[in-house]
Amino acid sequence: MVTFQFVPFQEVQTLSSTLRVNKLLNIVKDDKIVIMEGRLRKQEEADLIEITMQEISSSFSGIELSVIDPEMKGLDGVQKFKQGVANILLGDRQGLTIIGPANVVKRIVNNPDKIELFTKEAKKIKPKSAKRKKARKKRR
Amino acid sequence: MAKSFFQKLLKKLKAVGLFSSKSHVKLGLYGPPNGGKSTLANRISIDWLGEEMSSISHIAHETREITIKEQVAIKNKKGKEITFSLVDTPGISTRIDYEDFLKKGMKRSEAKRRAKEATKGVIDAIKWLDEMDSVVVVLDSTKDPYSQVNITIIGNLQARDIPVLIVANKVDLKKSNIELIKAAFPQYEVFPISAKYGRNIEEFYEKLVEFAR
Repeated sequence: MVTFQFVPFQEVQTLSSTLRVNKLLNIVKDDKIVIMEGRLRKQEEADLIEITMQEISSSFSGIELSVIDPEMKGLDGVQKFKQGVANILLGDRQGLTIIGPANVVKRIVNNPDKIELFTKEAKKIKPKSAKRKKARKKRR
Repeated sequence: MAKSFFQKLLKKLKAVGLFSSKSHVKLGLYGPPNGGKSTLANRISIDWLGEEMSSISHIAHETREITIKEQVAIKNKKGKEITFSLVDTPGISTRIDYEDFLKKGMKRSEAKRRAKEATKGVIDAIKWLDEMDSVVVVLDSTKDPYSQVNITIIGNLQARDIPVLIVANKVDLKKSNIELIKAAFPQYEVFPISAKYGRNIEEFYEKLVEFAR
């Protein structure tokens, strides 16, 4: 089972960079995929990678990170102007940030038009009866 | 605070061309693991100093420490010469799992040690960003460039006003797609090379002398 946790921008807006990064990382370490409204600052993204590296252990192998940013491409002049104004007013509130634990999320492919999240497959455990049948066949 | 303000101001002045005739530049090679940073570092070091500087491997995170080669003097055809401190950095990654190294045939203890060293290497690489004058971002042109690690590296360099040259490496391979890198980072010049076979390397040196400051 995969659990997503939505983090609204208001929840992290007033936090310092360190607290913001730690809050997100703590959710991820609980094996949940964070979907945060808005995006981190560039320095915070670097901090997130740095802190993730400090936290790596045999039970936590890191994160998968992706940021969806509102694109200017394909917009006409008026739309670009509107987008520019929205950027000034909303700042980091725009876009969406996805952070998943590396032991759950295999990879996130962020092409310009779509975002794909690949999770790791659960290991299939063969039932004992199937193993016995296989052993019998081998003996024959 | 005052120090960082003046550092930023100096970088801004450099960016608009003042004090741009610097003859010694700290040049960082950055990028994700296995993009070919150490292969390019070796190519530069062999071509201009006659000796290798980093070990290379097909297994990721071979470079786990910052490696510096001082006094690498590169001259272009017009006779302009810049002396670089060439800094080869560990590949930046958001995940490091020792089990990935086990799959490559390493013993458990060796794999765990490599993973631990690799995490430290990533931290060091990020910390060193502030030390760089110019950076060459080395991307594997056979891989998807839209990874957040690439975007984060380039975004952080941009935020620090550090000049960036993107190199699309491994153009000798069939799967190489330079156009995809150009589309991912349209605001930057993308320079195609094969560090392994030296393809386009002379043109790269010309570009390097021109862009570094």
